[in-house]
Amino acid sequence: MAAMQSFQIHPSTLKHQRFPHATRNKLSPNTCCPLFSFVSKATILSGPRGNGVLVNCLPPVDNHADEDLGSVPPDLWKDSMPIHVAVIMDGNRRWAQMRGLPSVSGYEAGAHAFRTVVDLCCKWRITVLTVFVFSSDNWTRPKVQHLVEIDFIMELLERALRDELQQLMRKNVRVSLIGDSTRLPKPLQVLLREAEETTKNNSQLHLIFALNYSGQNDILQACQNMALKVKDGHIEPEDINKFLLEKELETNCTEFPNPDLLIRTSGELRISNFFLWQLAYTKLYFANSLWPDFGEDEFVEALSSFQQRQRRYGGRSGS
Amino acid sequence: MDNKKENLAGRLFGSFIRYMRRFLFRVLSVGPIPNHLAFILDGNRRYARKWDLGEGMGHRAGFLSLMSLMKYCYELGVKYVTIYAFSIDNFKRRPEEVQSVMDLMLEKIEGLLKEESIVNQYGVRVYFIGNLNLLSETVRLATEKAMKATSNNDKIILLVCMAYTSTDEIVHAAQESCNNKRHEIQSVMKMNDAQNGDIGKKKLGENYVIKLADIERNMYMGVAPDPDILIRSSGETRLSNFLLWQTSNCLLYSPKALWPEVGLCHLVWAVLNFQRVHTELEKRRKQL
Repeated sequence: MAAMQSFQIHPSTLKHQRFPHATRNKLSPNTCCPLFSFVSKATILSGPRGNGVLVNCLPPVDNHADEDLGSVPPDLWKDSMPIHVAVIMDGNRRWAQMRGLPSVSGYEAGAHAFRTVVDLCCKWRITVLTVFVFSSDNWTRPKVQHLVEIDFIMELLERALRDELQQLMRKNVRVSLIGDSTRLPKPLQVLLREAEETTKNNSQLHLIFALNYSGQNDILQACQNMALKVKDGHIEPEDINKFLLEKELETNCTEFPNPDLLIRTSGELRISNFFLWQLAYTKLYFANSLWPDFGEDEFVEALSSFQQRQRRYGGRSGS
Repeated sequence: MDNKKENLAGRLFGSFIRYMRRFLFRVLSVGPIPNHLAFILDGNRRYARKWDLGEGMGHRAGFLSLMSLMKYCYELGVKYVTIYAFSIDNFKRRPEEVQSVMDLMLEKIEGLLKEESIVNQYGVRVYFIGNLNLLSETVRLATEKAMKATSNNDKIILLVCMAYTSTDEIVHAAQESCNNKRHEIQSVMKMNDAQNGDIGKKKLGENYVIKLADIERNMYMGVAPDPDILIRSSGETRLSNFLLWQTSNCLLYSPKALWPEVGLCHLVWAVLNFQRVHTELEKRRKQL
């Protein structure tokens, strides 16, 4: 299949998606809160629309969803969609600041974008979607305002999980959590465990929330687990290899732990301690648009850029 | 007579270019200069095919490009330069190609040791980073010799990643950390027994835990700080198992030019981008 595809002229080759230069929006980076400028905060909001601020964040019930399955746009090849897509949802606060709105509106708009992307992943048969909600680096920020915003997000997450669980079941979406959940509020921890347990048999899309996650801590805890096995005499240090280590990483909750495509919005050209080990061979796509503006067109561009790449894994393509 | 005039004109022109470049670097130095640059040297073979050069000539052209960039980095004041010369994954290539790259490496490493080489001219200290046991005996011995010969240089440090992948580096760091921890605990317990003391299980238990510092200490790249900018040529936007641990907050830049075409303008553009985001990055690093 791959060999045949190489002889076809694909319409998306007409627009070569190269590494886009970061073009700054009008605000200086210093005016943006560094706490949230590089992680997604917009994912989870919940509650009734009545207050004009909070919206349901997860996809609405769509009784005709089955008919859309597999209907990819003409620009993309159905058979070479990435299996695992990871997203750093960056730029919500900047989006709100540009419009003179409070940050909460940025998260609200970001929630719409998140809903769209989850819908599209279900539609286009992407198997795993990981979203970087919150980095463990954020806890070290001393400013009180940042801590207030963190509390706000935790509260919204709680409400979302309580209200949206049934919809997740209907959409056949499985939810998992990676990251250190011990610092999260107790009610939220309970809700997350419940959501994981309830949705564990769903198979349409595996939605992984990276909450209080740090790539370096993930690798460290994997090394610590290996060290315990060495201490208990199960293995020798020489037996530690990359397969054993990979099994100890938090992404072992899925059969496909390594993303094929990483999308980061808002033009920031960094990984910011998200996946590190898992990104060894991942195509990195840096979108200039802010997360609330990331819609179907932008997602198609990112996927098209992924499909154009030729992965050789260090070897050489046949010649 | 004409030849002399041409030589003179050439020398004058060269001096003028050098002067302009130094002036440009002076201007750039008003802002922060990156301390550590990392390069993925991608596109040598494509360059050879593009210009119809022979097999292996792309890598030679790439080497010349590398030497120019080293010179610019030295003039700019960059202290550490890391290059991804050969990945463990590259051993999967055709044996003839692997051999020709290894021969080129050997030739260049031996060239580095000569008196008039750029290494001695600019005071470059060279490290070879990676699982060097995977290299052939001759190449490995040459790398050890080069590391020893340049160990007194300190103006600029060149880290050449050979037989390297980041996952291999992390696994190796985990193995070393486990080994060291085990020896540490065993020696503590022996001392405890010898003194008929009672350290207490809790205190010993704390020592069982591997910490972040243990892993970082055992990394091959532990001799240098984390890179400030990672530049991958040829427009590919992948890390390809290079410095995954170290680039968590590093600026990524991917010019479309193939590696032998990468030059001063790409370096300047990367530094300007770095200066634009540097303030923010520094704030974050201090808070971590």
